[in-house]
Amino acid sequence: MSEALPDAPPPKPQREKRGVPSGLWLRCDGCGATVFRKSCDENLNCCPECDHHMYMSARDRVASVLDAGTFEEWDTNITAVDPLEFSDKKKYSERLVAEQKRTGLKDAILTGSGMIRARRVAFAVTDSAFIMGSMGSVVGERLTRLIERATTDRLPLIIVSGSGGGARMHEGIFSLMQMAKVSAALARYDAAGGLFISVLTNPTMGGVAASFASLGDVIFAEPKALIGFAGPRTIKATIRIELPEGFQTSEFLLEHGYVDRIVRRREMKSEIARVIDYCGKR
Amino acid sequence: MASATFQLPFEQPIYELEDQIRDLEGVEPKTAETHEQIRALRKQLTESLRSIYKDLDEWETVRVARHPDRPMFTDYVDLVFDEFVELHGDKFFGDDRALRTGFAKLDEFKVMLVGHHKGKTLKERNECYFGCAHPEGYRKAMEKMRLAAKYGLPIITLIDTPGAYPGIGAEERGQAQVIAESMLEMSRLGTPIICVVIGEGGSGGALGIGVGDRVAVLENAYYSVISPEGCAGILWKSHDYAPQAAKALKITARHLERLGVIDDVVEEPLGGAHRDHHQMATRLKMYLVKTLRELSQLSPDELLAGRYEKFRKIGPFLEAAQP
Repeated sequence: MSEALPDAPPPKPQREKRGVPSGLWLRCDGCGATVFRKSCDENLNCCPECDHHMYMSARDRVASVLDAGTFEEWDTNITAVDPLEFSDKKKYSERLVAEQKRTGLKDAILTGSGMIRARRVAFAVTDSAFIMGSMGSVVGERLTRLIERATTDRLPLIIVSGSGGGARMHEGIFSLMQMAKVSAALARYDAAGGLFISVLTNPTMGGVAASFASLGDVIFAEPKALIGFAGPRTIKATIRIELPEGFQTSEFLLEHGYVDRIVRRREMKSEIARVIDYCGKR
Repeated sequence: MASATFQLPFEQPIYELEDQIRDLEGVEPKTAETHEQIRALRKQLTESLRSIYKDLDEWETVRVARHPDRPMFTDYVDLVFDEFVELHGDKFFGDDRALRTGFAKLDEFKVMLVGHHKGKTLKERNECYFGCAHPEGYRKAMEKMRLAAKYGLPIITLIDTPGAYPGIGAEERGQAQVIAESMLEMSRLGTPIICVVIGEGGSGGALGIGVGDRVAVLENAYYSVISPEGCAGILWKSHDYAPQAAKALKITARHLERLGVIDDVVEEPLGGAHRDHHQMATRLKMYLVKTLRELSQLSPDELLAGRYEKFRKIGPFLEAAQP
């Protein structure tokens, strides 16, 4: 299908690659205003003019949700291999090295544990800058280990998703099967009474949306994030009509009953803490 | 059984031989020499089928998997099962014709049968969205699979979809959520589940009914994270590279078996399932009955533990020693 796919809007050539800081000014994708980078950084990467939620790296996300200095990363020793010896215009093995260098990440995810308002949680965040935040075997394995450990240690689980890619094509069928693997781990976590809060950020598409991201007991979304199964371009190519305004946004999902609350970035931590307060004590 | 209107380019030598045989068979009266010629041509035809099908490349396999004469869900319902009691209700939105569910009998077993149907006529294909199911289809499947587990009926799913439907209604009704939930549910139903990809195993739409104790793929079917066209469009920036993408994705039954992702390959009749529906159905039936007999020896706990482990270990990675 053409749906579990990197189908986020095509990158604008004039914009610098995500995850690479440069320049004093940047242009807001939301309102088009030129804003001072520093004031944007201080505002959790939200536009000071229109509050548009821009890309945020996995490391910054950890800092914005967990209590300072409490994050302990797990399973850092797991790295991707190239099981299909996949090559399009570039070899996957080379692509991996380049992405690792560019983002400073080993793969598209960080997992581990930390504190939220002094309460211990299992925490994961995908980074959409690393091969579209797609789920290959490393993302699947680290998530599964995290969920299994959260089940044994009886920890609340928070996963922040950001993936334009869904499943990682370069790992073919292995990446598809991660969807089943992670979902099965969540089934056991659920049976053990675990609380899973899923946070959707821009973009959450394809195989990530169609697995763990949609399985939260409580689902939050940042404002105006693109969230859906099939990419808008795929849908447009299939049905050949213009897509309605606001289609596949957080607000669209809230309206149709697939998101519990739209939460602004600066309130995310306290909103998560509040849910844990209701459900997280066992 | 080859369709008069649909031809595969690499089957051209086969059509030519078939034409020659048909012409000779029309000759009356036949001399001993004519009979001899027909026999020789038949032998040649078998050789040709064998040599072409032995070396199908990945893209050719995709073409065979999509062949309009290939047996579909309703063919297997007629040829494999003794009875099919269709259950239409998803109790939520509507009856998705692309995903069909119902009670079925198979030798000594009473089962829940779930499968995609692509449609045989143009009218039916439109009703079925060419085998692309909507959320209501997956909700219906989930409901019926839960029902099966409640009464201890084994579940058989027949997968044949280009992918779950990409459309406005599908998104409004939670395509992503319903596929996720279906995988989660299947991982915890305490009854035997056998999943067979009979044609196209298109990504999440396939996996949505694809979590089981045994996963098999018919010899010329494929199972992929994304359609070759979709992958080519993204990575090669043109659908014309679909054959390259099919090759790179390693989506054929034999590749998948070698990669350890599927449990079994069910062999097809010589020249593909579209040439002999009966023989294909017989082989599928034998596989299903044999596997059901094996799985029915296991307790629900054993099934669930085995199913979890089976998916748990999929996905290679490098694990360095912790410093």
